[in-house]
Amino acid sequence: MTRIKQFIKAALFLEFIKAFMLAMKYFFAKKPTINYPFEKGPLSPRFRGEHALRRYPGGEERCIACKLCEAICPAQAIIIEAEPREDGSRRTTRYDIDMTKCIYCGLCQEACPVDAIVEGPNFEYATESREELFYDKDRLLANGDRWESAIAMNWKRDAPFR
Amino acid sequence: MTDLRKVNIDGAELEVPGDYTLMQACEQAGAEIPRFCYHERLSVAGNCRMCLVEWVGAPKPQASCALQIKDLRPNRDGSCANILTNSPTVKKAREGVMEFLLINHPLDCPICDQGGECDLQDQAMGYGRVGSRFDMNKRAVDDKYMGPLVATVMTRCIQCTRCVRFITEVAGVSEIGLASRGEDAEITTYLEKSLTSEMSGNIIDLCPVGALTSKPYAFNARPWELEPTESIDVMDAVGSNIRIDSRGGRVLRIVPVINDDINEEWISDKTRFVWDGLGRQRLDRPYVRKNGQLVPVSWDEALAVVAGKLGGDPESIAAIAGDLACTESMKALNDLMDGLGVKSIDCRQDGAPLGETVVGGGRQEYLMNTTIAGIEQADALLIVGSNVRHEAPLVNARIRKTWIHKDLEIGMVGVPYDLTYDYGHLGETAAELETLLKSTKGFARKLKSAKNPMILIGQGALARKDGAKILRLCGKVADKFGMVREGWNGWNVLHTAAARVAGLDMGFVPGKGGRDLAGILAGAKDGSVKTIYNLGADEIAEDLFGEAFVIYQGSHGDRGAHRADVILPGAAYTEKDALWVNTEGRVQMGFAAVPPKGDAKTDWKIIRALSELCKRTLPYDDIEALRKKLFADHPTFAGLNYAPGANMGAEGAADFAPAKLGAAGKPLKAPLKSGVGDFYFTNPVARASRVMAQCSQECGGNASLSEVRT
Repeated sequence: MTRIKQFIKAALFLEFIKAFMLAMKYFFAKKPTINYPFEKGPLSPRFRGEHALRRYPGGEERCIACKLCEAICPAQAIIIEAEPREDGSRRTTRYDIDMTKCIYCGLCQEACPVDAIVEGPNFEYATESREELFYDKDRLLANGDRWESAIAMNWKRDAPFR
Repeated sequence: MTDLRKVNIDGAELEVPGDYTLMQACEQAGAEIPRFCYHERLSVAGNCRMCLVEWVGAPKPQASCALQIKDLRPNRDGSCANILTNSPTVKKAREGVMEFLLINHPLDCPICDQGGECDLQDQAMGYGRVGSRFDMNKRAVDDKYMGPLVATVMTRCIQCTRCVRFITEVAGVSEIGLASRGEDAEITTYLEKSLTSEMSGNIIDLCPVGALTSKPYAFNARPWELEPTESIDVMDAVGSNIRIDSRGGRVLRIVPVINDDINEEWISDKTRFVWDGLGRQRLDRPYVRKNGQLVPVSWDEALAVVAGKLGGDPESIAAIAGDLACTESMKALNDLMDGLGVKSIDCRQDGAPLGETVVGGGRQEYLMNTTIAGIEQADALLIVGSNVRHEAPLVNARIRKTWIHKDLEIGMVGVPYDLTYDYGHLGETAAELETLLKSTKGFARKLKSAKNPMILIGQGALARKDGAKILRLCGKVADKFGMVREGWNGWNVLHTAAARVAGLDMGFVPGKGGRDLAGILAGAKDGSVKTIYNLGADEIAEDLFGEAFVIYQGSHGDRGAHRADVILPGAAYTEKDALWVNTEGRVQMGFAAVPPKGDAKTDWKIIRALSELCKRTLPYDDIEALRKKLFADHPTFAGLNYAPGANMGAEGAADFAPAKLGAAGKPLKAPLKSGVGDFYFTNPVARASRVMAQCSQECGGNASLSEVRT
């Protein structure tokens, strides 16, 4: 019985026609590829990309050196050192993230009580050397300043589901 | 325990002494009772209400910390009272108390230094409700100024009053109190000035929340990042048990470890806050003086220079060991000097005449034989020339504890100091001891009628020209008033140097024909002593070394290093495994928490390396071998954590004749004053510490009273 079926398929080029139809279907369908970097795909507001340290609207840095992100980081990629600032408030003197260790799990931003450390929407930060991926506090704060509007928007969009 | 009562806790019946509190009984039954205000070593306040338990039949839950077992009424049928620690009522009561406590407590755990080791945090997790129903404004309280050691955030305070009770009861300075009532209640220092207690740091540990935290440690680290090492303190000769918390090779804080025989649960401020001195003024590489300047050199060069100098005539060489020298390094130096034939060695850099005239009991001459815990058995105490409060704050706390709880009669000969308890001041000069010997009235009468009298002799009384005569006088007093007898030894010498007893135990004193400290310094002046090996002796004025070639081995660039011609950098007490012998003669083992700084090496290893260059190689290559030899030569070091006086009289108190100690003669007219001038500056580590300098300025230290030997 199977031999007869195979013979009919082969004689009538049925498999060939089926494959051709499939090719034609995708030939006329809408293209999924985009012209990166001129075009970009959609990102979820929960997307976990490059880290940033945020500031309050007044310019004061949010981070209070509670070290919860350092404690929860499963890859131990974060190193924090702290001491009292001149005005007596608790601030970091060092905030380093080793981006080569980071596994982008997002636990640091979940642990942060003041929404200071966030994983922003940026994913385009490839570097030419390994050293450039050892982020320090200045770099993270600069990231925060650069991406603040996008981060704030994402935070707002995600707020109803938190 | 005569008065045993039955009580039923969580369904299990047990028998406990009637004067137990309900909390103690519950703990004996294995139940966990949360608490904030209750502390074992303080009086019962009963104001936090966290320890509520249910007494079946009673209308309300009971505060278990304040209710005694003997006050429990049996049930009607005659069966013993039923206590429940886990019932729904108790759960609800705890949730209610927790909710009330959290009404005014800020939710600032992320910026609070107590976070991670906070009683309130832990108990809110364990016993609290999920949320609060309080939606009005929280109160805020102004922070108080408590000096350079204690940081305050008074809004976090839950008014447990542990700090008030500690400062009034244990420290004895009544400088903190609870003012106002109800919502306005706040802990205050009354006058906004520094606490003058030398034990004030303990309120940081006592505070169950983050209201009182450590100022020097502020925001430095979280408890989960720290690496703990249990060790021994060397700031005084008490040998407090401490835990050194470090991170990344840096000591970040020091906290007490409970040892009921020594420091109970407290440590002095110097012990607790001296750690910032461990990072300053450190000697981190060898130096040799060339053309009047100390120049950094390699270890090989420095050791070669030293070996060359030690090769000379043994008569012209001397060695002095300082207050912070560890047992191992002294043993190694002692053995090396033995090998070289040097007899002029001394570990008593203050010149106290102890360890020379060994009569009968041997070690008993220079130990605190009654032991620190033994003070609680005494009923009369004579203090001779000592500011106990600054020489050994924890001994002073023990005396105060005994003075409060028992009838302890205290008399004092010497310059009067504020010791936080009342004492009869007999006079300032040693002549008062002679008067006391002849007298039958006043304090002499109290001493005579006392069952367990003791004498406490400070180094201030002994480290003088007439020290031996005063020692003899003290011995006569001890003899006359029966302080030393079978079953009780009231002869106590209070040391201030952590290294001293170990040095005396191993005989780090002049051999036959050798010079003692005064002799060495005189020799240095007239040129007969040409080389002095100075193992961390920093309390000797620089010009006293004359023209001698000084080899300094130590951890800090202090007086000794300034005068040195060669500097061999050693390890500080947090950086080496070492044995320490406290003033009771108790041998304790300390452990290294962090590695030595820079090129510095563990002290005994430096001496071992030196011995090879001197062609007198010491017969040990590791610390086990060194200790083995130490134990073989001096068996007293082998008994760890054991005070010889603990079993009173067992070690020959009857053979010990204190009246034969010292030398006969008339003492000088000069008043007996404490050897410790400024409590915060007694050793090179403390002198390097910025926090100690602040304390000295603010907390009543007196930098002008220098303890340098001149």
